Amino acid sequence: MIFMAVRNILFPVLLTLTLCILLASGARAVQPDEVLQDPLLEARARAISEGLRCLVCQNQSIDDSEAPLAKDLRLLVRERLKQGDSDQQVVDFIVARYGEFVLLKPKFTPHTVLLWLATPAVFAAALLLIWLTYRRRQSAAQASPKLSVNEKRRLRRLLDQS
Amino acid sequence: MIAETGHYALILALGVAIVQTLLPLLGARFRDPQLAAVAAPAAQMQFVLVAIAFIALMTAYVTSDFSVENVWRNSHSSKPLLYKISGVWGNHEGSMILWVLILTLFGAAVATFGSNLPRQLKANVLAVQGSIGAAFLLFIITTSNPFTRLVPAQFDGQGLNPVLQDPALAFHPPFLYTGYVGFSMAFSFAVAALIEGRIDAAWARWVRPWTLAAWMCLTLGIAMGSWWAYYELGWGGFWFWDPVENASFMPWLAGTALLHSALVMEKREALKVWTILLAIITFSLSLMGTFLVRSGVLTSVHAFAVDPARGIFILAIMGVFIGGALTLFAWRAPLLQQGGLFAPISREGALVFNNLLLTTACAAVFVGTLYPLALEALTGDKISVGPPFFNLTFAPLIVPLLIAVPFGPLLAWKRGDLLAAAQRLMAAACVALAAAILLLAFSRRGPWLAPLGIGLGIWLIMGALTEITYRVKLLQSAPAEAWRRLRNLPRAAYGTALAHSGLGLAVIGIVATTAWRSEAILAMKPGETADIAGYTLAFKGVAPRQGPNYRERVALFEVTRGGEAVTELTPSKREFNVERSATTEAGIHVSWRGDLYAVLGDQLKDGAYSVRLYFNPLVRLIWLGALVMFFGGAVSLSDRRLRVGAPKRAQAKVAQAAAGK
Repeated sequence: MIFMAVRNILFPVLLTLTLCILLASGARAVQPDEVLQDPLLEARARAISEGLRCLVCQNQSIDDSEAPLAKDLRLLVRERLKQGDSDQQVVDFIVARYGEFVLLKPKFTPHTVLLWLATPAVFAAALLLIWLTYRRRQSAAQASPKLSVNEKRRLRRLLDQS
Repeated sequence: MIAETGHYALILALGVAIVQTLLPLLGARFRDPQLAAVAAPAAQMQFVLVAIAFIALMTAYVTSDFSVENVWRNSHSSKPLLYKISGVWGNHEGSMILWVLILTLFGAAVATFGSNLPRQLKANVLAVQGSIGAAFLLFIITTSNPFTRLVPAQFDGQGLNPVLQDPALAFHPPFLYTGYVGFSMAFSFAVAALIEGRIDAAWARWVRPWTLAAWMCLTLGIAMGSWWAYYELGWGGFWFWDPVENASFMPWLAGTALLHSALVMEKREALKVWTILLAIITFSLSLMGTFLVRSGVLTSVHAFAVDPARGIFILAIMGVFIGGALTLFAWRAPLLQQGGLFAPISREGALVFNNLLLTTACAAVFVGTLYPLALEALTGDKISVGPPFFNLTFAPLIVPLLIAVPFGPLLAWKRGDLLAAAQRLMAAACVALAAAILLLAFSRRGPWLAPLGIGLGIWLIMGALTEITYRVKLLQSAPAEAWRRLRNLPRAAYGTALAHSGLGLAVIGIVATTAWRSEAILAMKPGETADIAGYTLAFKGVAPRQGPNYRERVALFEVTRGGEAVTELTPSKREFNVERSATTEAGIHVSWRGDLYAVLGDQLKDGAYSVRLYFNPLVRLIWLGALVMFFGGAVSLSDRRLRVGAPKRAQAKVAQAAAGK
């Protein structure tokens, strides 16, 4: 936690700095010369880029990264789009070359079942636990014995005193 | 000599910490008041010793003593004084010292101001606190000694990473650490309660101020980090779902849940077992964050020294404390007496709902952060879990929670009336819906869900206002009477309303800037102009400038709006001489509509510069919201009911009120 402090936000930066800026000093991410003429196509390219990971800069999308590889991927995405690929075809094309590691949103496959289902499972388990606890407490409260004659007398005495 | 004094003080502190752990535990166990009484002076002494070590390290930094390896690695004589000081915690060893300093500060504060604590509880709490201190001091002394000498001493240092040389980041770590480490108090109190096998409403009353203070600092720390990322990283993002960010966000989510469940425990003696567990979980998440970041298991940690010895040591600390606390919990929790009953629709029920969603959201972040690591360790498969995953799993949990927030404070304890609360909130709902519909009608471009998001933010703010107006009976009673009620309202009520409306502000900022930001990526030559979000920017050119320890190239943009001059923006690129790296400084113009944000890129072949312009609408509300949340916490903290001797006074008041009826 110590570290997170400084590093909290620092990490993306340090990465950017160490890996990216050192490799390719330059402005961040998409360069003017990459932008496609067709605004619709460019918007699609940006949307796709945001879901693809820059492989050399950890935890950055190729849209945010200024590493040369990210630039190559951005150009590749735009090239495929210009050739008339659908968004899905572009993504599949890149996954076929670089593996599922490039996807910032992992696919639902046997080895990510737990990842996707863990949160709903935790939610369901917590709900069940709350419900069970509530029912147990409820029945325990109903089953709790009434005050005995002695206790009633003591209670009355205490109430009278106050 | 100063470095050796610091080192010596650290070793002494370790000795004191061990004494602080063992003797009070024995004292509490065998009911020996003299042994138990050792705890307080030991805690104070431990703080003094760690403070001496910290000051020694700071002296070495301020005087640029490059015979100390840590200073040589992370400082340089030409750095401004502020960054010499912040350099102390800008590295692994120094930040560990700061961590322990804050830990012992909290311990000493309990020792000094906790005179109204039952003797046995106090002894146990300080013993647990001492054991955490002992573990981390041992860690520092054996694996991360900041006082190691460098022979021969160097002429000058290697400098501090330029991105760290920033005012917001200089103060970001201390706040964040205070948050993390502050949760150790809740942990120590929880473990002490388990050791005693006894817990009551007074326990929650003692724990809540510490947790609240920690939560406030964590809120501010995270916000500072986010703000810094926004203006320093140069693309106007404010949250990245990076594992390191997540590591700080998880304790915040759990800590927020803890604040609310401790409330139920204080007021109604319910949720005892859960509150104890949550206290343990919250601090465990802080420890886990340390492990994740220090051990180098996170993919994003490659840039930092990856030292397996440190990772294994922290893993061991984590195992002992989390494992030990959970074992103790499994063993002793069934002994704790159950508290008050409540109906599902009640204030308690609302707070259970809050806890359900916050902890599940925390679990979502936890899984998303750790799953890729676990998968790679187990099967060797590498996957990435990025923002799309978190947006998909986190948002569906948080949105219902945000919708529910205004209902909570309007429900009665024990058995509430949802319909009555809904009726009271009618005005708030109408305002929020009207705003959403208006926005929907006027927005020319999507996303179409965004107006609803803004409506949600307004709903939160109006809901917080509704609670106050309801409690002072603003419309039903004479102004003088309402004024009297307004003044007599406990500060905690204002704190709640402030914190909840701060949340609303942050929601509005996040939604607006995410949905409606404009962006232009251009190649501009001096003399050209560009238009964005109603502003016209005239690019005047780029000139070199010399800073204290860097050179920069500064661009000048004259900004006009509707023909009238607004401001000049001067984004720059800085080259740091010593560290041989560069940073991008954005030029930002702040207005009530949002931020105009300009970034200077490289010079292109034809003499033009690549320029990125953004307009981020209402983005300041994100950090303003966090500030309001912090302030709300402070107002609540100043409530006299949370202060010393309060339980008795509050009880007397209740007795009076009962007699009056």
